[in-house]
Amino acid sequence: MAETPTRHVHFPGMDTTVLGADEIIINMGPQHPSTHGVLRVKLHLDGEKVIGSECIIGYLHRGVEKIAEHRSYQQFAPYVDRMDYVAAVSNGLGYCEAVEKLLEVEVPPRAKVVRTILTELQRIASHLLWLGTHALDIGALTPIFYCFREREEILKIFEKYCGARLTTHAFRIGGLQYEVYDGFEEDVKRFLADFDRKIDEYEALLTTNRIWVERTKGIGVLSAQDAIALGVTGPVLRASGVKWDIRKAFPYAAYDRYDFEIPVGSNGDTYDRYLVRMEEMRQSRRICLQAIEDIPSGPILGKVGKVMKPAPGEVYHSIEAPKGELGYYIVSDGTTQPYRVRIRPPSFINLQAFDTMVRGHLVADVVAIIGTIDIVLGEVDR
Amino acid sequence: MADEPTSKQPEKRPETSEGQPPARETSAQKPAEKPAGEKPVPPKKEAPPAWPKPLDNEMVRRFRQRFGDAILDALEDRKQAILVVAAERLREIAEYARDEEQFDMLTDLTAVDWPKREKRFDLVVNLYSFPRNERLRLKAAVGEHDQPPSLAPVWAAANWLERECFDMFGIRFEGHPDLRRILLPDEWVGHPLRKDYDILQQDTAWVRENLGIESGQ
Amino acid sequence: MDAVVEFLKPHLLPLLWAVVIVAVLPLVAGYIVLLERKVMADIQARLGPMRVGPHGLLQPIADALKLLLKEDIIPANADKWIFWIAPLISVTAAMLALSAMPFGPVFQIADLNVGLLFIVAVSSLGIFGIVLGGWSSNSHYALLGALRSAAQVVSYEVAVGMALVSGLLLAGTLSMRKMVEAQAEQGVWFAFLVPVGFFIYLVAGIAELNRAPFDLPEAESELVAGYMTEYSGFRWALYFLGEYTAMIVVSGIGTTLFLGGWLRPFPNVAAFDFLDYLPAVLFLALTGYCFYRAPKQPVPIQKAVMGLFGVLCLGITAALGWAVTLPAEAVARAGILGAFWFLAKVFLFLYSFMWFRFTFPRYRFDQLMRLGWHFLIPVSLVNVMGVGAALVLHRQAGWPLWQGLVLGTVVTLAVAAWLILVRQRRPVAAPSAGGEV
Repeated sequence: MAETPTRHVHFPGMDTTVLGADEIIINMGPQHPSTHGVLRVKLHLDGEKVIGSECIIGYLHRGVEKIAEHRSYQQFAPYVDRMDYVAAVSNGLGYCEAVEKLLEVEVPPRAKVVRTILTELQRIASHLLWLGTHALDIGALTPIFYCFREREEILKIFEKYCGARLTTHAFRIGGLQYEVYDGFEEDVKRFLADFDRKIDEYEALLTTNRIWVERTKGIGVLSAQDAIALGVTGPVLRASGVKWDIRKAFPYAAYDRYDFEIPVGSNGDTYDRYLVRMEEMRQSRRICLQAIEDIPSGPILGKVGKVMKPAPGEVYHSIEAPKGELGYYIVSDGTTQPYRVRIRPPSFINLQAFDTMVRGHLVADVVAIIGTIDIVLGEVDR
Repeated sequence: MADEPTSKQPEKRPETSEGQPPARETSAQKPAEKPAGEKPVPPKKEAPPAWPKPLDNEMVRRFRQRFGDAILDALEDRKQAILVVAAERLREIAEYARDEEQFDMLTDLTAVDWPKREKRFDLVVNLYSFPRNERLRLKAAVGEHDQPPSLAPVWAAANWLERECFDMFGIRFEGHPDLRRILLPDEWVGHPLRKDYDILQQDTAWVRENLGIESGQ
Repeated sequence: MDAVVEFLKPHLLPLLWAVVIVAVLPLVAGYIVLLERKVMADIQARLGPMRVGPHGLLQPIADALKLLLKEDIIPANADKWIFWIAPLISVTAAMLALSAMPFGPVFQIADLNVGLLFIVAVSSLGIFGIVLGGWSSNSHYALLGALRSAAQVVSYEVAVGMALVSGLLLAGTLSMRKMVEAQAEQGVWFAFLVPVGFFIYLVAGIAELNRAPFDLPEAESELVAGYMTEYSGFRWALYFLGEYTAMIVVSGIGTTLFLGGWLRPFPNVAAFDFLDYLPAVLFLALTGYCFYRAPKQPVPIQKAVMGLFGVLCLGITAALGWAVTLPAEAVARAGILGAFWFLAKVFLFLYSFMWFRFTFPRYRFDQLMRLGWHFLIPVSLVNVMGVGAALVLHRQAGWPLWQGLVLGTVVTLAVAAWLILVRQRRPVAAPSAGGEV
């Protein structure tokens, strides 16, 4: 134990040197079955009640932002896939669009629509992974296999499209890397055709299950006010009752062409976040169904040079990634390499709300709350 | 092996000697820098707006009226509003932006390092307003040893973001409740996102002591 | 010498059964694990173990070998002796409980006149293994797991006891054997006479076994592995053995008291005599399947193993078939067929345990306690009173027994419904409400 790195036990505003008779400090992670990677949480417990917590992160820090300063714009694109590695397509979309905004390049409509379809499929895949692991954390062992069954279909589509399943690097700055393969539409349609029924299947297992409801209702409540103050975005914000989605607020890709609803919750608890994400999957399916019917023909790549030298300046662009607002703030100094790339990771900022959500709950709820924030440590630590 | 920072990379940058950010250069200078054949620069008369442009609208005027000299500049870059403000009054301005201008969410807080400038860091604060569906970026120049006011009392979200900023750039925020490193180990020496911190550089001593391996492995 | 032999004679058969149980039980437990993994795989739309042996049939043996050969780590700060002995307590208690379990009219080590009391008492000693193991590990997770386990078992023991009392009132005896005979006499399984008692026994039994959805002491997503966190290798396997043996014990009690023990369905109805042939036919079909699949296995060894299993099934078929041909009064016939039905019912229990495990999310600790103390215990109390009242009315006032029991069940269900509605109307408990730890 002596050679493990020591970090200070620190609870803001709490003297941890004096523990009451019933109080213990328990260390959850970085190797724990349900901290979703290498999150480490120090919990200050009174019996089983959490009276303080601290997230210790950085175990997966790779210095992505530093790497960006030493790569050209195109070279950096594959790196963003490694942040939120369960939603690589969304990361790529955000980065490509940010650079396009910096270059002031117009993306052809065909590319926009294909991007939308792939990104929405990725959202479904990401939410499926979330659902499976979240249910597993709460003790439902089975849904994860059903979720992976459907996720597999999506990954197969990605694989056919670009040869990779996880870190896809599906898009290129200015448009698409590849033309869609023959049979893409059929594959997507086949997947979408019965996906609705599959969601019903998950819901049959969980939504009205008394144990599930008891385990999630009133757990990890985040009021809309707190959510906004904490900068929380994505489904977590929407479950708190704030109807805000970047796809509607600042439409990007081809989202302005499609009808879809933004599901919102009212209580801001784990159950509402669950319902919001389930409904989001249905809405994603709806977007895909509209998009797949009508993919415009035309070029797939806008007018971008082989060497990209954006005019000096800066741009902030964000997309609605499955986990929340994924923003890229890129500063150009007129060379082929970005001067600074700042990534606004949704997981990192949402994770900050963990302490607010977890206080007063029991140990069993801690894992439910970690699951409900839907973090990916690759993105938290970058 | 890569202990000492090599400052090659920053020098490569085509910065002006005063360390002025290229972003702030006048548009007249720009075409000269661009190699022909790249992103086409149309003739000046029908020029599309070259960024950044000065920004002047109702909101900027309100800010100027309220804070006067503390609003150093108002710019527009790629259709995005930027207010350059004095770092000392950042918290006041942020409070005003939140309470009066309805920028209720702090989207992001970060910094950019311009080592050759007098005040080397640009503190960049991205705000979003739900009622107005608008974004606003506040920028403030901060010197290496300056202590800009923390925004954590204004937005709880600033807590971790400022910690990360401190971790990566070494900017100390005054009034932050818990300013510690967040991604790197507490004992780490150096701030990696500074331009004079080489990409291969590591805190060799820390790595050797805590991980039991030689740096670079 | 003769005197010694004479003295040992009545003990020989029980001794043999005891040896058989101790020797075979680990294997059986291993195969229950395999069954569980197969059931899990089936529910989860996948195949489960398929590599070691045909259809993974040798997986338990491979697992056991691996666990035997694994390094046995005792943490430096653990209380070594207690750490060492705790898993043994769990296993011993569970195995001891089997000694009074009637696996059929013949296969029983000892028919104690306080059989049920003995089984319940001994099997609840197993909790010491868990508590001591968790405590001696000197680890937070293990300690929390042990504390949860202690609180849980103590709470649910009451509900289990009450549920058993409702059956016992009808049987009028504590002897396991006589319970079955009582059901044979009355011509009905007690599960149908006291359905509420049976249901409560099932739920509380699962809770006492620390199995999902009540597997809080070892909730892997919260407490890593609960009280077993620091255990490895064979000691860990012993805990597993203890847990699966306890499953058999709880299923065995339920079978004996509520499902008619070794009796086949409708034991007194001649029209259902064909059911006696069912076991043999079932195993014959299994044999056929094994032989049918054997040539299709990819490797010669797998072919051989599959064939071997076919031969094994054939052997069982032969035994079962031979038993059917015997006259009705033959001890062997009753013993073999009885054992089949008893084990079949036990497996029904086990299957339902597995089914619940893979369907339900896990309860939270305070919710579990609330379910136990605020719902199961009151309902089981009312149920016992209902059964008692029915018996009194039957004996004193001459009511038909079933009328009283129906009345009692209706009252109990009404109380249960009222409790559920009250619980639903009450706002969700404040999250700050700590557990009863």
